[in-house]
Amino acid sequence: MITDPFTFVGDLLREFLIGLGLTPPQASGVIAFLGAGALATAVLLLCFLLIWAERKILARIQDRIGPNRVGPFGLLQTVADFAKLLTKEVVVPSGADKLLYYLAPPLAVMAVVGLWAVIPLAPNLVGTDVNVALIYLISIGAIGTLAIMLAGWSSNNKYALLGAFRSVAMLISYEVPMVLALLVPTMLAGSMGTVAIVEAQRQMWFVVLAPLAAILFFTSSMAEAGKAPFDLLEAESEIVAGYNIEYSSMAFGMFFVGDFLHGFTLSALTVTLFFGGWLGPYVDQYSWLGLIYFLAKTAVVYFVVIWIRGSLPRLRIDQVNSFNWKFLVPLALSVVVVTAVADKSAAALGWDRTLALFVANGLLLLGTVIALQLYARSQRRRFERSRPAAAPAPAR
Amino acid sequence: MTLLQGVFVVTALAAVISAVMVVASPRLVHAALWLVVTLGAVAVLFILLDAGFLAMVQVVIYIGAIAILIIFTVMLTRRVMADSGPQANRAWWLAVFIGIVMFAALLALLAQMPTWWQATPPPLAASADFMIEDLGKSLVDLDRYVVPFEVASVLLLAALIGSIVLARPPAETTGKTGPE
Amino acid sequence: MIPLSWYLILAAALFCIGLYGVLGRRNAVAILMGIELMLNAVNINLVAFWRYLTPALIAGQAFAIIVFAVAASEAAVGLALIISIYRQRSTVIAEEIDLMKW
Repeated sequence: MITDPFTFVGDLLREFLIGLGLTPPQASGVIAFLGAGALATAVLLLCFLLIWAERKILARIQDRIGPNRVGPFGLLQTVADFAKLLTKEVVVPSGADKLLYYLAPPLAVMAVVGLWAVIPLAPNLVGTDVNVALIYLISIGAIGTLAIMLAGWSSNNKYALLGAFRSVAMLISYEVPMVLALLVPTMLAGSMGTVAIVEAQRQMWFVVLAPLAAILFFTSSMAEAGKAPFDLLEAESEIVAGYNIEYSSMAFGMFFVGDFLHGFTLSALTVTLFFGGWLGPYVDQYSWLGLIYFLAKTAVVYFVVIWIRGSLPRLRIDQVNSFNWKFLVPLALSVVVVTAVADKSAAALGWDRTLALFVANGLLLLGTVIALQLYARSQRRRFERSRPAAAPAPAR
Repeated sequence: MTLLQGVFVVTALAAVISAVMVVASPRLVHAALWLVVTLGAVAVLFILLDAGFLAMVQVVIYIGAIAILIIFTVMLTRRVMADSGPQANRAWWLAVFIGIVMFAALLALLAQMPTWWQATPPPLAASADFMIEDLGKSLVDLDRYVVPFEVASVLLLAALIGSIVLARPPAETTGKTGPE
Repeated sequence: MIPLSWYLILAAALFCIGLYGVLGRRNAVAILMGIELMLNAVNINLVAFWRYLTPALIAGQAFAIIVFAVAASEAAVGLALIISIYRQRSTVIAEEIDLMKW
C-alpha cells in the first residue's frame, strides 16, 4: 500500500468488480472508464487552482496584490467567477449556425483534456500507453484548431471570422517547429511513446542532451496555447477579442478553461519529454513520489510561463509569422539534423553520448547567434543607407 | 455478431452516411465538417486493421491539415456567408448513374474471388513497434522503397513552392515596396 | 471476424460516392472534397489488402503513406488554384469557368 498505492487501489477495485460478477475483461473496461473520468475531473478541477495562481503571480509581477477578498488569499475568486458565468444567459446571435455554435466550445475543451490521456503521471499511472503517443498529441491539437475555426464561422460575425482566421493561421504555422522539435526526443529514446521517453531519461534528462530542442518545443507550444507573448488571439485590444466575441456565459467559460488548461498541459508535456517526467530519487520504491515530482516540475515550468507572460510585450501577427518561418523552422530543421548526426557518430566513434550531444547543441547555438548578429548588422546597414542616423530630418 | 464486427458495422455506416452528406449537403461548410467525420471513421478503420501508426497519421494529415485547408478555402471564396443556388450539376443524374454502375462493377469483380469472403485474417508476424521501425526502414532502404519516398518529397517541395506562388496576391505594378 | 470483402465493399462505396461528388457538383471545392473521398477509399483498400494478404511485407503501409503525401500536395495546389481563380473571376462554380481568356 505504501510503496504503490495506485496498483493497490486498482487491484482492490478489480477484485470488488469481479466479486460483483463481471468477467476480468469487463472489469478492466469499467476500471478504464472510471480512471478516464477521474483524470478528466481532476484536470478540470485543477483549473481553479491554476487560474488563481496565474492571477496572483501576474499581479505580484505587476506590483499589485491580485484577488484577495473572496476566501483566504482570494482562493475562492475563481469559484465566484464561474458562479457568475453560470448565471448569465447564453445569447446566440441571430443567423448563427446553431449546431456549430454549440459544438465548438466542448470540442475545444475535449481537445485539451484529451492530451492528458498519454501523459505519464507516476511509474504505473498513465491513461493509456500507446506507442504513437506523440502523433496522438499533434492530432488532438489539430482538433482544437478545428474548434476555433467552427467558433469563428458559426458566430455570423465578420470580426469573429477574421479573428478565427488569424488564430488558425498562427496555430497551424507553429505546429511545424513543434513537430520537428518532437522528433528529437523520439530519436534519443528510440520510441514515440511517452512512457518509453520517460524511461529513457533515467540516465540523463533530455534537456541536457537537447537543450535547443527543449527551448524550441517550449516556445512553439506556448504559441500553440496562445500564451504571451503570442496571446494576440485573446487580447482585448486586438480585433475585439477574436473568435469568442459572440460567446457568453458558460460557452465562453469553456473556451476560457480550455485556454488556461492548454498552457498547463503543454508545461506538463515539456516536463515529460525533456525534464524526466516522474523521475526522481527513490521513485522506484515509492511510486506516489513520482506524482509529487511530476507536479512539482510542472509547477516550476508553469511559473516560468506566467513569468514570461508578465514580462514580454505582445507580438504582432506579422512578427509572429516571420519569427516562425524565418527563425524557428530553419532552427528546428538544423536541430533535428545536428542531433541525428551527433547521436549516431557518438555511437559509432565511441564518445560519451551526453558530451557529444551537448557540444553539438552548443555549436549550433553559437552558429545561430552568429547568424543572428550578421542578419542584424545587414538590416541595420540597409536601413541606415536609406536614412543615416545623424543626418538632418528631410524637409517636409 | 462479435464485438469487433459490431464496431466495424457502426464505423462503416458512419463513414458511408457522412460521405453521402459530404456530396449532398446544401451548405458547403457543413459538407466540409461531414468530411472530417468521414476521415475520422477511416482512421478508426485503420485501427481495426492493426495499422495504428497510419490511423494517427491520417488524423494529423487529413483532419489536421487538409480538412482545415478546405474549410479555409470554403470560407475565403464567397462574398456572402450563405450559399447560393443549387449545389448539383445540370447532369447530376448522369453522375449518379455512373456511380451506381461503377459500384456494381466493383461488386461483380469482388464476387469472383471467393477466398476473400472468408472471415479470418492471418496472424500478424511482428509487434506494433517492430512494424513502425520496419516501415521507417523500408522507406530509406536502397533495396526497397527509397525511390518513391524521394519522389514524394520532391512532389511535396513542388507543391509547396507552387501553392505559395499561386496564392500570392497580384503584385502592384508601380514602384517598389519599401527599403527591400 | 471481419472478412476482407467487407472492407473492400466499404471502400468501393466510398469511391463511388466520391465519384458522384466529382462529377455531379458545381462548386470547385466540393469537387476537391470528392477527390479526397476517393483517395481515402484507395487507402482503405491498400491497408486491407496488406493486412489480409501480405501482413509480413510492409509495402502496403508504405504505399498508403505515399498516397498521404500525394493527397496533401494535391489538396494544397488545388486549393491555391481555386483561390487564385476566385481572385480573378470572383466565382468558383466549375460551370462558369469555361473560357480560357476573357
